[in-house]
Amino acid sequence: MDPTALLLSRLQFAFTISFHIIFPAFTIGLAAWLTVLEAMHQYSGKPVYRILFGFWLKIFGVAFGMGVVSGVVMAFQFGTNWSVLSKMSGPIQGPLLSYETFTAFMLEAGFFAILIFGRPRVPPWFYLFSTAMVALGTTLSAFWIMVNNSWMQVPTGYVLQNGQFVPNDWARIIFNRVVWVRFPHMLLASYLTGAFCVAATGAWYLLRRTYRAEAHVMLRMGLALAAMLLPVQLFIGHLVGDYVHDYQPAKFAAIEARWHDEQPASEVLIAIPDSSTESNKYAISIPVLGSIIGSMSLTSREVGLTSFAPQDRPPVAIPFFAFRIMVGCGFVMLGLAWLGTYLGLKHRLDRSRLLLWGIFLSFPLPWIAILTGWYTAEVGRQPWTIYGVLRTADAVTPFLTASAATASLILFVAVYAFIFSFGTYYIYGLLRAGPAGLGGKPLHVPVPNRPISLADQVSGARGYLEAGELPW
Amino acid sequence: MVTYWVALLAISILIYLLLDGFDLGVGMLFGAAGSEAKRDAMLSTVAPVWDGNETWLIVTGVIMWGSFPLVYAMVMSAFYIPVVVMLLGLILRGVALEFRGKARRSRWIWDVSFVAGSFAASFMQGAMVGALVEGLQFSNGDYTGGTLGWLTAFSTLCGIGLCFGYALLGACWLVRKCDGPVRDDARRRIPPLAIGVLVFLVIVFAYALAEHLPILQRWTDRPYLLVFPVVGAGAAAMLAKSILRHDDYWPFHMVALIFVAAFATLALSFWPYMIPFVVTIDEAAAPHASLAFMFWGAGLFVFPLMLLYVAVGYRVFRGKAVPADDHY
Ligand code: HDD
Ligand code: HEM
Ligand code: HEM
Repeated sequence: MDPTALLLSRLQFAFTISFHIIFPAFTIGLAAWLTVLEAMHQYSGKPVYRILFGFWLKIFGVAFGMGVVSGVVMAFQFGTNWSVLSKMSGPIQGPLLSYETFTAFMLEAGFFAILIFGRPRVPPWFYLFSTAMVALGTTLSAFWIMVNNSWMQVPTGYVLQNGQFVPNDWARIIFNRVVWVRFPHMLLASYLTGAFCVAATGAWYLLRRTYRAEAHVMLRMGLALAAMLLPVQLFIGHLVGDYVHDYQPAKFAAIEARWHDEQPASEVLIAIPDSSTESNKYAISIPVLGSIIGSMSLTSREVGLTSFAPQDRPPVAIPFFAFRIMVGCGFVMLGLAWLGTYLGLKHRLDRSRLLLWGIFLSFPLPWIAILTGWYTAEVGRQPWTIYGVLRTADAVTPFLTASAATASLILFVAVYAFIFSFGTYYIYGLLRAGPAGLGGKPLHVPVPNRPISLADQVSGARGYLEAGELPW
Repeated sequence: MVTYWVALLAISILIYLLLDGFDLGVGMLFGAAGSEAKRDAMLSTVAPVWDGNETWLIVTGVIMWGSFPLVYAMVMSAFYIPVVVMLLGLILRGVALEFRGKARRSRWIWDVSFVAGSFAASFMQGAMVGALVEGLQFSNGDYTGGTLGWLTAFSTLCGIGLCFGYALLGACWLVRKCDGPVRDDARRRIPPLAIGVLVFLVIVFAYALAEHLPILQRWTDRPYLLVFPVVGAGAAAMLAKSILRHDDYWPFHMVALIFVAAFATLALSFWPYMIPFVVTIDEAAAPHASLAFMFWGAGLFVFPLMLLYVAVGYRVFRGKAVPADDHY
């Protein structure tokens, strides 16, 4: 094994998966939101839902395409760079990824085409059904990949035979407690991404004083959803922390930057961890809180990093800071969503330009939280690929050369940077053009908070349709 | 159980060859389209299906990983460079399809990406099959052939051959799905492409004879394998006839049949090896607990459902493609 090839493989995996997750996080949330819009349109007949649907569908199409192509890379990278891992864990990870492909990817791919191109060719109920199937597909995909990764974090239900992980209890692999807190954590994170992007777009239009009707719907729905989901997410985050505490004490100690066993333990709020002296610089910490967070007790003993042999310790700085950034993003989003919803109910949101700016600029927060969350989970898992059983250094393809790994990493970075710049540029263009970019004009309906007659809206929609301006 | 998963793997590879084959073929022909209107028409025939077609590559990959982890690990790691280049090609052509409609001044970039990506992916797939046929160096389950061990005259030849094959399939798809000048262009391209494929097959055969590739032994040991080349020859004859009669429907099916025959010949002459003469199917198979878990859910119930989605998709978008109403 070549140590440079190992390092490059890790970098490449981290880079390609970080790139990939940007798109699923967005499309999982957006697919659910599109289903809601289409259902509301078919139920209420209000054209504003149809217009929003058409608008977000275009953005969904671009993001989905990039999610698919970057995902295909992931499915093959296990074999190319981590051949020992693939050989050993194939009997468990392979079937799980097969279930993901069979139940999720095919469903998404099949109905995605109908969503984008099929509106004129299928009856409305079938169109709604297709939208729901795409949303179901993305959710199932998140489920299976979380089962897969959770097994790598906390391996169970297997025996080691002839150098292979042989499954002996699939129920334990799929229905364990770790999956059932991590999957909701990921799913809610994706819904929050969708909600914040939608709300931020609404805020942007209000700031630019265009598309008021659409902007209000987006802002109201996005903020309300985020306001409801965030407290749940923070609670589930706590449960996720519980599993780490119970199963991966070294990661937990790294997240807390706790170098030595403590009883009762303090909680380090912020510090600069220094692994050469095995201590923290500039630490601000609160006594006893560490025991409360870790074990819900005032007296518990909490494990420190020095209780683990140096070769079994994860890096400290990345999990420590990444975790704090994730939690910080969560609280900032909570503040914005609650304040925005409150002012929205009071009809004062339009005038609170400062808050609108805040909501507009907050759209990267869910992504930052998702990426830092994964960095906490994955870097904190080191030096293990399959926790406690298979080291990352032993999992890499043994004959991979540094030159091949360098070439592939450079190619991936170049191609991804290229398509990412154009992709964001096109999505920005679509957002900037707004619903009118579809060929229609902004809806001249009053703020939806005030009751308006249905007939008004229907005739408005007819105007669009007769002018042949709705191209979807 | 093992037999079931070998069969499903074979079926998935075949579906991938046929579906993504025409799709990549259209990508390569796209470079020669000549006018914007023709390019639009060509694209509109693959836009609704490319994502589903590509998913069969993933199906193939994950069946291999789940049912034959040893083969997945050995093949993917030995083919490091070709797999990476193939993936990058698929990325470029995939995003080109999504981006092209949004671009104005930069549209040419995506036209180039679409063509180049399609070529890269097709060539690498052919080259990998060629290298497998010729034989890779392994010792104790580890690949020892070096980073570029897959790259030989024979594998290059197979890469070019597959480009011709896919382009032929793509041309027949366009004949079936388009009208007017696009269809006529495509029909004109079928004879040279078909001859190209034929010439390639002859060269491969001659090369195999000259080099005494072990695979040839199989054909003398198992004369019944000759059934498939005969079926292929029959299909080729039908193809020629349908082209002369200016038929839109049959050429695609006949080329598909040629692909089936070629694939069956290859697969059955490997039998019972998965990596020729290195790893057999039984050696590579995952433990029973894995195969059974996949069988009782994914294999038995979901696989037929997947075929259903594909059928529904192709049914919704059946008939000649009309570019105008397909743009969103
Ligand atoms: C929580 C969500 C999530 C996570 C952590 C991952 N993915 Fe993903 N993936 C999806 C959620 C998703 C999705 C929502 O299903 C995508 C994104 C957009 C899309 O088109 O489907 C997708 C697409 C996608 C595709 C293309 C599917 C198609 O053709 O339709 C593949 C092969 C993978 N992924 C494989 C992986 C692998 C091997 C991962 C881990 C190493 C991974 N994904 C992480
Ligand atoms: C108080 C707030 C939160 C707490 C206590 C918390 C806790 C955690 C912990 C301990 C992990 C590491 C899990 C592991 O190692 O497997 C984690 C991971 C993660 N977090 Fe959070 N989290 C919080 C808020 C958020 C928010 C607001 C988001 C996104 C919007 C988010 C998204 C993620 C993601 C995507 C992961 C990686 C997936 C996983 O390992 O489950 N978290 N979180
Ligand atoms: C989608 C969000 C994810 C992100 C952002 C992420 C991030 C990372 C990072 C940063 C590393 C490098 C860690 C290091 O070497 O220090 C890594 C490694 C790895 N991750 Fe993830 N990961 C994600 C999801 C997954 C999933 C779902 C799986 C498996 C099903 C997975 C499997 C692996 C493997 C095999 C490695 C390489 C071996 C290793 O370094 O442990 N990851 N990931």
